[in-house]
Amino acid sequence: MSVAAARPLLLRPFPGRATLFTGLVLVGLMVLAALLAPWLAPYDPVLQDGDARLVAPNAVHLLGTDNFGRDVLSRVIWAARVDLQIAFLGVVFPFVIGTIIGTVAGYFGGVVDAVLMRIIDVVLAFPYLVLIIAIIAILGPGLKSFYISLALVGWVSYARLIRSQILILKSADFVLAARSLGYSHSRIMFRHLLPNALVNSIVFAMSDMVLVLLGGASISFLGLGVQPPTAEWGIMVAEGQGFITQAWWMTTFPGIAILILSFGFSLIADGLGEKLGVRE
Amino acid sequence: MHRYRFVLFRPLQFLPVLFGISVITFVLVRLIPGDPARMLLGTRATASALERIRAQYGLDEPIWVQYLYFLKNLSAGEMGRSIVFKTDVLKLIATRIEPTLVLVAGSVLLAILIAVPMATIASRQRGRMPDQAVRVVSTLGLGTPPFWLALMLMIVFSVKLDLFPVSGYGRTLSEKAAHMVLPCLTIALSLSAVLTRSLRASLIAQITSDQATAARARGLSEGAVFWRHVMPNAIVPTLNLLAVNIGWLIGGTVIVESVFAIPGMGQLLIRGIFSRDYMVVQGVAMCFAVATVLVNFLADILTVAADPRVKL
Amino acid sequence: MTAPVLSVQGLSVETRDGVRLVDDLSFDLAPGEILGLVGESGSGKTVACRALMRLLPEPALRIAGGRVALLGQDLVPLPEARMRDVRGGQIGMIFQNPTAHLDPVMRIGDQIAEAVRLHENTTRSDARARAVEALRQVGIPDPEARAGSYAHEFSGGMRQRAMIAVALACNPKVLIADEPTTALDVTVQAQILRLLMDLRDRQGVSIILITHDLGVVAQTCDSIAVLYAGRLCERGPKRDVLGAPSHHYTAGLIRCQPTSAGGEGLLDTIPGQPPSMGAMPGGCRFHPRCAAATVACKGDQPDQAARGPGHVAACHNPLTSARRKVGA
Repeated sequence: MSVAAARPLLLRPFPGRATLFTGLVLVGLMVLAALLAPWLAPYDPVLQDGDARLVAPNAVHLLGTDNFGRDVLSRVIWAARVDLQIAFLGVVFPFVIGTIIGTVAGYFGGVVDAVLMRIIDVVLAFPYLVLIIAIIAILGPGLKSFYISLALVGWVSYARLIRSQILILKSADFVLAARSLGYSHSRIMFRHLLPNALVNSIVFAMSDMVLVLLGGASISFLGLGVQPPTAEWGIMVAEGQGFITQAWWMTTFPGIAILILSFGFSLIADGLGEKLGVRE
Repeated sequence: MHRYRFVLFRPLQFLPVLFGISVITFVLVRLIPGDPARMLLGTRATASALERIRAQYGLDEPIWVQYLYFLKNLSAGEMGRSIVFKTDVLKLIATRIEPTLVLVAGSVLLAILIAVPMATIASRQRGRMPDQAVRVVSTLGLGTPPFWLALMLMIVFSVKLDLFPVSGYGRTLSEKAAHMVLPCLTIALSLSAVLTRSLRASLIAQITSDQATAARARGLSEGAVFWRHVMPNAIVPTLNLLAVNIGWLIGGTVIVESVFAIPGMGQLLIRGIFSRDYMVVQGVAMCFAVATVLVNFLADILTVAADPRVKL
Repeated sequence: MTAPVLSVQGLSVETRDGVRLVDDLSFDLAPGEILGLVGESGSGKTVACRALMRLLPEPALRIAGGRVALLGQDLVPLPEARMRDVRGGQIGMIFQNPTAHLDPVMRIGDQIAEAVRLHENTTRSDARARAVEALRQVGIPDPEARAGSYAHEFSGGMRQRAMIAVALACNPKVLIADEPTTALDVTVQAQILRLLMDLRDRQGVSIILITHDLGVVAQTCDSIAVLYAGRLCERGPKRDVLGAPSHHYTAGLIRCQPTSAGGEGLLDTIPGQPPSMGAMPGGCRFHPRCAAATVACKGDQPDQAARGPGHVAACHNPLTSARRKVGA
């Protein structure tokens, strides 16, 4: 960031690179912490210590303990695994499904496209979180339900994005050239259009990770996602809600962890976007 | 005037969407496992009592018959009765709608009040410290979980500083205002992050645009160029973004209402889902969906009004 | 000789790293004169004209020296507020792409009226009347109605006319036209050039016409200034420069023009590429591409030397060819 401040010109490449770099570092550190959890965390995340309940942050418990006497720092570190998984899986499924559907719709147009757009309109008419909650209520609480509901709801954004890119590129010159060479539809779609159209989607996926992470944490906060005693940042905040006046550290630190990881993803999204010349 | 032609034709497109919404709501709600009659009467209810309740609410009919009843009632302006609250769903929604409306309106207003100055400062100082600061803060805001922010604000302002009430809605106007400050602020901070980023990008694009250069070549001061040529052009895509985010916003009210214990539609919905109160969930979900569709329509009208190039 | 309306002396524009995009440019502009500023892309012609209006993107570029005297007053040290009076009021500018340079959400009439109200103390209705009049002057039919239109509702040529109307609304003494016809059809090009010449005849405005097209210059300009890599190669009355060029670059440009007399074979080109900003050749900047380069050319930058009345060229080894037919 200080590099960018020293060269305060919009045209310089540094802003993009510094942003991307910082984001990768932040996310990378999180991933590292998650992978090294067994060695990094000072305590067992589910170990309850009746004598050390609701202890404020000190030398022994750097981030304090919760109402069960569990070390908050260890739980935060172990929870990174869960939250990173949420962010990643919660994006991959909708990405793949939405991209395929959107590509087909955009390329072939006509009735297929019209029907798809209507379906997308309907899904988008519902508040994102409400729909997810409803689906999870049907399927029963748990992370698996969360991923399924995301797959059912989240594909829409990717479909729309790739479809609009395909529509723009469809009439591009190089497609015409490919057709004149006798290439088949699917060849054109997947080998030529898609790589170009994907750039926007990939950048979007990075910022979607933020949304998914927040969504997953929100769902767990409401009790519909990760179940206790598993450590996950959202559920930790929920657990801290009841002790908000006595033990502010229970809610504060997991939230900060979410913030840092989201910030990292956002920086990557921004940095990538600037590097690849993506427009909103 | 023909640019506004779509105002007449777009409602026709609403119909299939609204139809789809009603079907999905209906189906989803009935897919939720659990028997509403049993939920109402408890585990020790007798079979005949359960039968009676089911008949009373039409739950023993085949599903498509229930759907037809649903449509028939809807066209008559009725949304059924709540199994839990034992009142008309419509009445229920009417009592709960005010807090949610206040929350949404207040959040949007606050978000705009935050985003416009921030984006303006950032764009006019682009590349320098204020701009970097705005970029960092708004990116942080994007990644702040609303439920956590709500609790943090609560800790600081309600518990430690005792400036605002911790939860609830209040009765008098001033009470309500006091109760809504923190909830609106929570949503507004997240929303303003999104708006600031978008508006800043648009403003910068416009400030460095050719037409701004031409305006300067005519002798206009930076201030005049900014307010008369840059901002009017930049605001349009951000307005669109706002409309698109309304759906997200409504979802956000669910969380905030839950944390601050506000008796609004979001709370009603969550309780309804957990207690299998079909009618309530249907009614509230439909209200949300219809509101989203209308807001998007409004946004399109505003876009056409603001940008004479747009034809919809 | 009447006093020049614009007198540029030794204008230099530098980047932050000290690279000179315009180096020691000097020329005079007489009242009612149309000067063609010619050069390839990257020659510095656009940067120079932005510098005249003090519209350089700071801090990336800045005026490193020189004098720009408008009716005797040096614009370079002028405070920004006074410079704003000059922009639009004394010097107007029109651009290559009218679509990009007109505000898309404001009516044309309002944009003109805004400029008028800014520079002159008029009422709203007066300004509006002036706007309609300005549109009429540039040949837009039904100006009353058209004043209420938006930029995208005009065709390409009309849009350019509208931009000219905006720029001339306050009767500036000088009009800088940055490649005004490059993006237009040939027939429309001719109309716009005709319009510019008419405006010069009627209003006495002096015009600096930036172009890379010698054909345009031959049609419309009174005098030419040729730029290469930020330095002035040659300057003088059109007939002298085109008929008997002294600088080899000028001669090369003329040779490259396809003649309307037809002909066979490949078109002439000037071999090589213009130098990049950071890698300027020593001595005369054109010498790596010049067939007549001598040892002196590699050593020192040539000074402007008189070649005839009002005709100067900066060349160590200038041409002294006899008068050639000026191409169409």
